[in-house]
Amino acid sequence: MAALLEVNHLTKQFGKDSKALTDVSFSVQEGEFVSIIGPSGAGKSTLLRCINRMIDASGGEIRFQDHHVMDLKKKELKQVRTKIGMIFQHYNLVNRLSVIENTLHGKLGTKSTWAGVLGLYSNEEKKQAIQILNVLGLNEMIYKRADQLSGGQKQRVGIARALIQNPRMLLCDEPIASLDPNSAKVIMDHLKKVSTTMGITVVVNLHQVDVAIKYSDRIIGINKGQVVYNGSAKALTSEDIQRIYGSEAEDLIFDIGGIHAG
Amino acid sequence: MQADIFAKKKRNTLAFLLLLGALTILAMIITEYNVLKGFTSIPKAIQWGMANFYPTAESLEKLPVILDKLQETLLVSIAATTAAAVFALLFSIFGSNTTRVNAFFGAITRGIATVFRNIDVAAWALILLFSFGQSALTGYFALFFGSFGFLTRAFTETIDEVSGGSVEALKATGAGYFSIIFQSVIPSSIPQLISWILFMIETNIRSATLIGLLTGSGIGFTFNLYYKSLAYDTASLVVVVIIAAILLIEYASNYVRKVIL
Amino acid sequence: MEVKEQLSNVTAPSVHLLGKRIPAKPLNKAAIVTRLTLFILAALTVYAFYSFDYKELDFMDALLGTFANLKTIFLEPHLKHFSFGHALYQVMVTLGLAFLTTLFGAIIAVLFGLMAAENLSSRRVSIVIKSMVAFIRAVPTVLWVLIFAVAAGLGSTAAVIGMTFHSIGYLIKAYSESFEELDRGVIEALQASGANWWQIVFQAVIPSSITYMISWTFLRFEINFAVAVAMGAAAGAGGIGFDMFMASSFYLDMREIGAITYFILAVAVILEIFAAKIKRKLKTV
Repeated sequence: MAALLEVNHLTKQFGKDSKALTDVSFSVQEGEFVSIIGPSGAGKSTLLRCINRMIDASGGEIRFQDHHVMDLKKKELKQVRTKIGMIFQHYNLVNRLSVIENTLHGKLGTKSTWAGVLGLYSNEEKKQAIQILNVLGLNEMIYKRADQLSGGQKQRVGIARALIQNPRMLLCDEPIASLDPNSAKVIMDHLKKVSTTMGITVVVNLHQVDVAIKYSDRIIGINKGQVVYNGSAKALTSEDIQRIYGSEAEDLIFDIGGIHAG
Repeated sequence: MQADIFAKKKRNTLAFLLLLGALTILAMIITEYNVLKGFTSIPKAIQWGMANFYPTAESLEKLPVILDKLQETLLVSIAATTAAAVFALLFSIFGSNTTRVNAFFGAITRGIATVFRNIDVAAWALILLFSFGQSALTGYFALFFGSFGFLTRAFTETIDEVSGGSVEALKATGAGYFSIIFQSVIPSSIPQLISWILFMIETNIRSATLIGLLTGSGIGFTFNLYYKSLAYDTASLVVVVIIAAILLIEYASNYVRKVIL
Repeated sequence: MEVKEQLSNVTAPSVHLLGKRIPAKPLNKAAIVTRLTLFILAALTVYAFYSFDYKELDFMDALLGTFANLKTIFLEPHLKHFSFGHALYQVMVTLGLAFLTTLFGAIIAVLFGLMAAENLSSRRVSIVIKSMVAFIRAVPTVLWVLIFAVAAGLGSTAAVIGMTFHSIGYLIKAYSESFEELDRGVIEALQASGANWWQIVFQAVIPSSITYMISWTFLRFEINFAVAVAMGAAAGAGGIGFDMFMASSFYLDMREIGAITYFILAVAVILEIFAAKIKRKLKTV
C-alpha cells in the first residue's frame, strides 16, 4: 500500500532556541488509525498543525498524496486542506449558528468567495449534511444552536463538519480531552467507525494511553519533540511508556496489563 | 423544514436591508442630504486642507493666547467633572439597587439623573446663556449638569456591579449603613469611579470646545474667531493644540487606569 | 478554648509588630496613584474656581436668576415662533441626521473594524488603524463639521460627513473588540477546512458578533441624536437644534426653549428606553 502521508525530518523552531520538533519522521498508510501520544508540551499539537500548515514548519518535508505540502502556494494549499478534515479539543464551532450551518462550514473551502460569504449551499450539500448528522446521531439537533449542545454533541458536530469535506484524512487534536468518559467513548467509537467503514485515515493526538492502545492500529510516541516510539499498539510495553512519558509515566502504567488483556 | 431555516434567514436579511434602504432614502429626503456633494466633499476637503489648513510661522505668534484659552477650557472641564462627580456619587448611592435607602428615593434619584443626562450639554449651554451670559460659568454649569447626569448613571451601574456581595457580607456582620458605604462600597468601586471620571474629563474637553463656540468663551470661541475671519492657518493651530491636549490627557488617564484597575 | 488557642497561635509570629502602628491598607502603587489622581483633580478644581474670569458677575444673583429662569423654562413652556408640527418635523430632521451618520459610520467601521481586530488582521495594520481612531477622536466633532463645511458649504451634508468621523472612531473600537472576542480556534477550524478570509468573516465572525454590533450601533445612534442637536445649534446642521439656537440667541424666548427642550428630552428618553431594552435582550441571549 502506498503511504498517504509521509513526514520526513520535520523540524519546527519557535523563536531562537526553543525547538518544538526535532527530526520527526513517520508515514501513515491509507485507512490507518494512528494515535500520537506524549506528555503535554511534547509537540503533539505542533506536529498535527504542521501537517496541514496551520503552522509553518522550519525544515523537512511533508508529503500528502502527491503534494509536497510545504511548497504549496496559497490556492493549492487550500485545495489540499479541503481533503484533510480537522477536529479540535474545544470543538471550535460558531456558537450562534445552527448545527447544520456549522456542518456546512466544511464546504466553504470548495466554494467561491461570494457563495461562501452569502452562505449559499446547494440542496445536495444540505442533504449530505443531514445524512452525516443522522449517522452521528444528531438528527434531533439539526436546527438547534451550537451553544445549546453538550460537549459530546458539539464534538460530533465538529466531526460532521470535517466529514462533509469528503476528506481523505482526519487530524484530531485532543478530541476527547474536554469530555467526560462516556462522551469520550462515543466520540472515539465514531472516529473508529469513520476509519473502518469509510476508509478515511485518522491521525489522533491523545494523552490517554489506554484509549490510544484500545483504538489505534499504530502508536507514535513523542517526547520533547522527538519520535521515541513508532509501532503497533499491541507491541507497546511499559518500558516504551516510560520512555515516552519520562517521570510522568508512574501514573499511567498502573493497568497496562489490564488493557492488553481486555 | 430543511429549506425553511435557510429561506427564513434570507427573507429576514432581505427585509432588514429593504427597511434600512427605505429609512435611508427617507432620511436623505427630510434632511436634504446631498449624496453627490457628500462624496465629493471628502476629496475637496482634503485638497483644501492641504492648501490652507496648516499652521504658519505667523500663526505661531498667536500661540500664547491660544494656550491661555486652552488652559481655561481644561480647567473648566476638570472643575465641572469633579464637582459633578461628587454630586453623582451621592445620587448614585441613593439610586443604586444595592445601597439605596428605599425604593421610592431610588426611583426619584434615578429619575432626576435621567432628565439631566438626556438634555445635551449644548442644550444646557443655550438654557444657561440667559443667566450667566458669555462667561466661563455658562460652560461650567452646562458641563456640570451634563456630567452629573452621565456620571450618576455610570456610577450607579458600577456600584450595582461591584458591591452586591460585599454589601451583603458586611450587613451580615451587623455593620451600619454608613460604615458599609465607606468601608465596602466606595473602596471596592473607587478604581472604576476614577476611570469614569477620567473618561468624563476627556469627553468634557471635547464638549467644552462646542460649548465655547455657542457661548463665546474658551478655546471653542478662539477657534470660531479665526475660522469666521478666514484665518485658517491660526484656526488649524487651535485644532492642533486641542488634539495635543486631548491625546496627552488620554495618555495620562490610560496610565492611571492601567495602574489602578 | 481550642479555637482561642489557635487564634493566638496565628497571631504569635506578628508580635514584633506590636507597638508599631499596623496599617490596615497596604500602600502599593495602585493606592498611591489613586490618591494622587484624586488629589490632583481636587487641586485643579480649586485652582479653576480661583482663576475663572467671572466678568463681574454676581454669582449669587446669577444663581438665583438661573433658578427663576429654569422655572420659567420648564414650567411655562410655549411655542411662539414655530408651530407644533414644525417642531415635530425638525425633530424628524435631527433624527434623520443621526440615522445617516450612524449608517455611514457603521458601514465604514465594519470594514476598518475587521482590519483593526488583531485576530483577523496583522498586528501592524491593527496598530495603524487604532492610532488613526485615536486621532479622529481627538478632534471635537464640531471642528470636523466646520472643516467640512468649508468644502461642502454649511448645512446637512457637511454635518453628516463631519459627524460620521466620530461615529466611525467609536464603532471601529466597539466592533473590533467584539470581533476579537471570537475564539481563535473557530477561525483556525475554518481555515483548516480551506475557507478564505471573507468566508470566515461572513460565516463565523459576523454571525458571532452581530447582536453586539447591533446594540453598539444603536447606542451610537442614541449619542448621534444628541450630537445632531448640538450640531444644529453650533454648525448649521438644521433640525431642532437650530430652532433651539434661534430661540436662545435670536428670539431670546426662554419659554420656547423650554418647549423645545421637552421635545428633545422626550425623544432622548424614548431612545434610551429602547437602548436599555436591547441591552437587556443581549444579556439573556
